[in-house]
Amino acid sequence: MEAATAMPEATGEELLIVDGVKKYFPITRGIIFQKEIASVKAVDGVSFSIKPGETLGIVGESGCGKSTLARCIMKLLEATDGKITFEGRDITRLSRPAMRPIRREMTMIFQDPYASLNPRKRVGFIIGEPLEVHGLGTSSEIKRRVQELLEVVGLNPEHYNRFPHEFSGGQRQRIGVARALSVNPKLIVCDEPVSALDVSVQAQILNLLKDLQDDFGLTYIFIAHDLNVVRHISDRVMVMYLGKVAEVAPRDVLYTEPKHPYTGALLSAVPIANPDIGRQREAVVLEGDVPSPVNPPSGCRFHPRCPRFVEGHCDVEEPPLYQFGKSQAAACHYPLERWPMTAEEMRRAGSRTSAQPQPA
Amino acid sequence: MALLEVKDLSTSFRTEDGVVRAVQGVNFTVEKGQTLGIVGESGCGKSVTCLTIMGLNPKKNTVTGGEALWKGNDLLSMKPSDLRAVRGDEISMIFQDPMTSLNPVHTIGRQLVEAVLLHRDVTKRVARSRAVELLKAVGIPRAETRIDDYPHQFSGGMRQRVMIAMALINDPDLLIADEPTTALDVTTQAQILSLMKTLQEDFGSAIIMITHDLGVVAEVADDVLVMYAANVVEQAEVHDLFHRPQHPYTWGLMGSLPRLEADVDRLTQIPGQPPSLLRPPNGCRFHPRCPYVMEVCKTTVPELLPTQRDPDHLQKCHLDEETKEREAAKLLATTMAGTG
Repeated sequence: MEAATAMPEATGEELLIVDGVKKYFPITRGIIFQKEIASVKAVDGVSFSIKPGETLGIVGESGCGKSTLARCIMKLLEATDGKITFEGRDITRLSRPAMRPIRREMTMIFQDPYASLNPRKRVGFIIGEPLEVHGLGTSSEIKRRVQELLEVVGLNPEHYNRFPHEFSGGQRQRIGVARALSVNPKLIVCDEPVSALDVSVQAQILNLLKDLQDDFGLTYIFIAHDLNVVRHISDRVMVMYLGKVAEVAPRDVLYTEPKHPYTGALLSAVPIANPDIGRQREAVVLEGDVPSPVNPPSGCRFHPRCPRFVEGHCDVEEPPLYQFGKSQAAACHYPLERWPMTAEEMRRAGSRTSAQPQPA
Repeated sequence: MALLEVKDLSTSFRTEDGVVRAVQGVNFTVEKGQTLGIVGESGCGKSVTCLTIMGLNPKKNTVTGGEALWKGNDLLSMKPSDLRAVRGDEISMIFQDPMTSLNPVHTIGRQLVEAVLLHRDVTKRVARSRAVELLKAVGIPRAETRIDDYPHQFSGGMRQRVMIAMALINDPDLLIADEPTTALDVTTQAQILSLMKTLQEDFGSAIIMITHDLGVVAEVADDVLVMYAANVVEQAEVHDLFHRPQHPYTWGLMGSLPRLEADVDRLTQIPGQPPSLLRPPNGCRFHPRCPYVMEVCKTTVPELLPTQRDPDHLQKCHLDEETKEREAAKLLATTMAGTG
């Protein structure tokens, strides 16, 4: 069964539509005659769409394919299969020159503010380079624009001539934000933009991203592994597991009524900064690790770790994305009836088959 | 007698640019079976505190002061050979990054056996069976065969389990864990934290947990030190700290944390960034970033004093207690909604 789209219905006003995108990395053997012996299924049929002004959070553990997905959307990687539509235009197979004008509309903020800025270039050049590449203005106009951008992201415009090493981690991430912002994009893909930062600095960057969204009407795809951060910034959240969408829902729905046991396990694994709540609840501790995407488990990919695994069903039939209400979808044959639940409750309820929903 | 009693501990490093005072005047005690949390941002001195206790700072260019009494003996002035006998046996340590703290060219079995043979007069066979036993205890499947694997054959979470097994192999009385879960995914972090809790119950060890994550502290610690720019700014029992935080820096940390359980539209951010320890600000080190700064803060270093309510709750701030109670209550109303 093909996975249903993670969106209720297409209304024609989506900024970005990702439809069944797959990215397989081949594993080859041989030096001259390279033979493909297997492939890493990093992203395996992911569909979603995003409306202008919206923030879609993507969460999942390392190796779930969230960064690969971001790179496919940005066309930094060629998708193996599927279709990416940006502003009504299919960009999946566009050539590099044809893609260039579209790169003005979508930019990216990277995780590591230490590695993503060229240490030998001055900040003014780093932020102004996208403008130069796209031929947006004379050099004096670009300089003025860069100084304006420095001010927008909360840096001193006089620091125009400094090098990246003269800035702290949080300030460097502001430079990264300024660069992403320079060409007035519609969509910014943020790949773990705050995970390398200290808590107090992380809050500064999150607030900055929110302010910029309000001021410039930006659309974000916000990738993170920290569920607290994603909850704070997102309108809708998509949970990925091993290259597939496990669940997608509006933020408040996902965090209060998760349907997929994996979402539940993730939520209960987050440490709560409140000793009264944190110690009372019983965490659903998953066993084992995320399996290899080279040889993913049969049926539901989560079944070897799932507390509600039903033999003969979950390991045979792959669950499609079932629809719950208008806006929530989860790929599980035995979704959670309520939340919170302990692992024991999950297990007991899992053996009941009556709760099965209808496929969307 | 406390298991570990640290008195007025200080560490400075001589560098080309001048003296870096990485830790200044830290006091704490750790009792048997207790967990002490040390929380703070990078560069606040939390790791250096523990490295100093363990005698792991580079000898050259390091100046330490104060005392660290382990069962009554000062670790800082101990002979190196005596210290080696304690380290890895009675006190052991788990490091942040399991990828780099295991030797990639030896099997994990060899590394585990080495830890036993260094401290126990046993045969290799006995040491190996002890290693297998520990690998089982930390939940590594097929421990008998996996013991001969190399570190690269394990996933991150599994490697951290191996590190924990190595740290526990000689039944230490104190386990120092330096950001043991920071490099791990949330589900793996939950596994490791619950494993450490169970092992603490079984072995009765004390734990010092160093972390930047207030969530982890809230879940595991009994007592907490909050460090900022080489100083302890607040020290309290965990419930007390979360219900009556007394220092503006602690408020800042709590306010800047996005949370699952409370809705905040905008995070309270701490402006600026931590100061350089080469040239720390005069007076209170937090004053350039503090929203409650007064004239006295810029000139006089506040002392770490007990609050009137609770002699065990120490804080290092000039603000009067009334203001603090009021501000703390305001903060808690927004961040800790839903708890009594």
